[in-house]
Amino acid sequence: MIGEIGHFGLILALVVAVLQGTLPMIGASKGNVALMRFASSASLVQFLAVSISFIALTIAYVGSDFSIVNVAQNSHSLKPMLYKISGVWGNHEGSLLLWAWILALFGFAVAAFGRNLPDGLKARVLSVQGMIGIGFLLFILFTSNPFERIDPAPFDGRGLNPLLQDPGLAFHPPFLYLGYVGLSVTFSFAIAALIEGKVDPAWARWVRPWTLAAWGFLTLGIALGSWWAYYELGWGGWWFWDPVENASFMPWLVSTALLHSAIVVEKRDALKNWTILLAIIAFSLSLLGTFLVRSGVLNSVHAFASDPARGVFILGFLVLVIGGSLILYAVRAPTMKGGGLFAPISREGALILNNLLLSTAAATVLLGTLYPLFLDALSGAKVSVGPPYFNATFLPLIIPLIIALAFGPFLAWKRADLKGVFSRLKLAIVSVCVIVGVSWWVTDDGPILAFVGMGLFAWLVTAVFVELADRIKLFRTSLRQSLKRFLNLPRSAYGMSIAHLGVAMVILGVTASEAWQSERLDVMQPGETVVVGGYDFQFEGAERLEGPNYGILRGSFNVKRNDSLVADLRPEQRVYESPPMETTEAAIWPMLSADLYVVIGEEDGKGGYATRIYHKPFISWIWIGAIVMFIGGGFSLSDRRFRIGAASARKKQTQKTAEAAGA
Amino acid sequence: MTRKRRRLYIVVAAMTVLGLAAGLVLMSFEDSLVFFHSPSDLVEKPVPEGRTFRLGGLVEEGSFKKSGVEITFRVTDLAESVDVQFRGLVPDLFREGQGVVAEGQMNENGIFVASNVLAKHDENYMPPEVAESLKKAGNWKPKEDKQ
Repeated sequence: MIGEIGHFGLILALVVAVLQGTLPMIGASKGNVALMRFASSASLVQFLAVSISFIALTIAYVGSDFSIVNVAQNSHSLKPMLYKISGVWGNHEGSLLLWAWILALFGFAVAAFGRNLPDGLKARVLSVQGMIGIGFLLFILFTSNPFERIDPAPFDGRGLNPLLQDPGLAFHPPFLYLGYVGLSVTFSFAIAALIEGKVDPAWARWVRPWTLAAWGFLTLGIALGSWWAYYELGWGGWWFWDPVENASFMPWLVSTALLHSAIVVEKRDALKNWTILLAIIAFSLSLLGTFLVRSGVLNSVHAFASDPARGVFILGFLVLVIGGSLILYAVRAPTMKGGGLFAPISREGALILNNLLLSTAAATVLLGTLYPLFLDALSGAKVSVGPPYFNATFLPLIIPLIIALAFGPFLAWKRADLKGVFSRLKLAIVSVCVIVGVSWWVTDDGPILAFVGMGLFAWLVTAVFVELADRIKLFRTSLRQSLKRFLNLPRSAYGMSIAHLGVAMVILGVTASEAWQSERLDVMQPGETVVVGGYDFQFEGAERLEGPNYGILRGSFNVKRNDSLVADLRPEQRVYESPPMETTEAAIWPMLSADLYVVIGEEDGKGGYATRIYHKPFISWIWIGAIVMFIGGGFSLSDRRFRIGAASARKKQTQKTAEAAGA
Repeated sequence: MTRKRRRLYIVVAAMTVLGLAAGLVLMSFEDSLVFFHSPSDLVEKPVPEGRTFRLGGLVEEGSFKKSGVEITFRVTDLAESVDVQFRGLVPDLFREGQGVVAEGQMNENGIFVASNVLAKHDENYMPPEVAESLKKAGNWKPKEDKQ
């Protein structure tokens, strides 16, 4: 019964999506207000319909209804509740349903929060959201229906892959999708603007919060995924330039660029065409990413062969969305006039450089990710493009970006004085010398790139603080006055500084952990001690235990530094029965200065155990930095000028003119 | 500054960055493409020593040996097979008779020294390259379950 309700919800949502995708668009072009207003109610109904369907599938999972194929294949009655629920989106069909649900949620949010949007623009935006919804709902209903029944129902389910039974991964897909799908709103705004043939600062002010939100969630989603890979896979790595990772990283790079170019549209009424194009590309890459991952096109070109309907549908949908929007862009973009003029050395110039470097970096990642597909299609040769390619192409593009990032916030709009900025960044140059000197003195050794990274970290952090000090006139006026200025800064100023600090933290984490990690691989007898990274790891022994739905081999390590106990680490090897599988549970002791990471392997038959021990300096800063970036985005998002209902007189004015023009 | 002038600057900057990127791509593609070979491929066309590539196939039954952290096994496509050495922990889901992909180089004794044995995330997952090479060797039995 519950399955049929869910299925019905999907069909209802499809019907509503078709209406939402067509009627408001017609209304907007004919100036019919009733049809335009229909968009808001349609988006509410669509959200409710998909919610019914999503809740139905969740109930089926929670109640272990194995008469539904999807539940039987991916759940198990003995699984902990959290993973029964996360199992809903831990598979192809369910994750697409989550996608459609978040899409409907965003459509509804635009309708609810966009009360001050002009009718025409709002109708068109929601209409485009509806069209995207049609694509996804058709895909789910015809190729990936999560509510398919099985008769007779199996006695128990096959279970969720144990690697996915993990809190980090339970929440990774929802955040990632909030990011991916959030970009659909920006995309819809871009398409609506192309249809209307008008982009202005007001448009940018409506678009920016959605981009910020999507970017923030994407940042968090990617960070969760990499954190999961770090502690769950037991390989000690956190980023492998794997196609699946790249699939989420490309939209991130482009949406970061978009975030910055939208500022130029908002403040200076320039870079409009480029911003529209970025919005289209960002969402296209999210679609590509979703499909690359979910369809297995990349790990396997054969996913097409195993289910031709899916592959063909995916390709068709991608071609339609990307091709259609690019054609619309080609036709309409030339009609839009660029705004304010500016010199190359200016805030605008710096943001253009940011955009150039970020989008080129995204392009090189895209090339490396898709190249194996091209080569296979052309010559049948099987290749993989590994980390050396990405390091060699990505780093030379990102290093200048970080150097320039320090300058950007100092530059004035229109025309800026580079010399003046240099003189204000003297302190940053000093701190680069100090940090590089100190890291040389402490580590004594390391690749050149490591010192470049430490230098970049120092450069960026100092620049952020110098800029902040500049803004509040620190030491140039009374301390009281400065404090007052600091408290009165717009939220977006905090947001920028915080997000840029987050970037610096990530740089620190990546650099230090890649350059100065130590690692040991040994067979250890109980009682034996090894020294890694200045810590003594004493292996006390291992025991076999029973977990709720798995068997455990658990090792026990005493970690000491200078004879004082630091940590008691218990790495595990788990053997699951359903599905049959082993997983490695690394034991990690995270500290701000370093992570201690221990993995235990099997017994060697003579009482010894294979062990792998890592000391990874500053690695937690990668994730702390990502969270700080997310918080920075949140600050910017809460800025007064984006706040709902806080429309200033000027904003109302622009809205009125927009309405007049849109009608 | 005029609009045209500004456009020129932007175009020049874009070209420079793209040119730089294209240069980087071309330079690094040469050494960072990792080819995939099956044991039969290696017999047909041996890969020179010291060149990194991926070797894939099934772990031959009865070939797995372990001493401490040194592991040896044979990778087979059921037509030919190759000796593999690996120093490290046995990856999750590594079993005799299962598909495996290892990255590494041939040494002077014709043994494949793996620097990395790629673990899988799912017991049903068969690396597509392995499936294909088994198919080529005529030994592929498709499983009924997909993904």
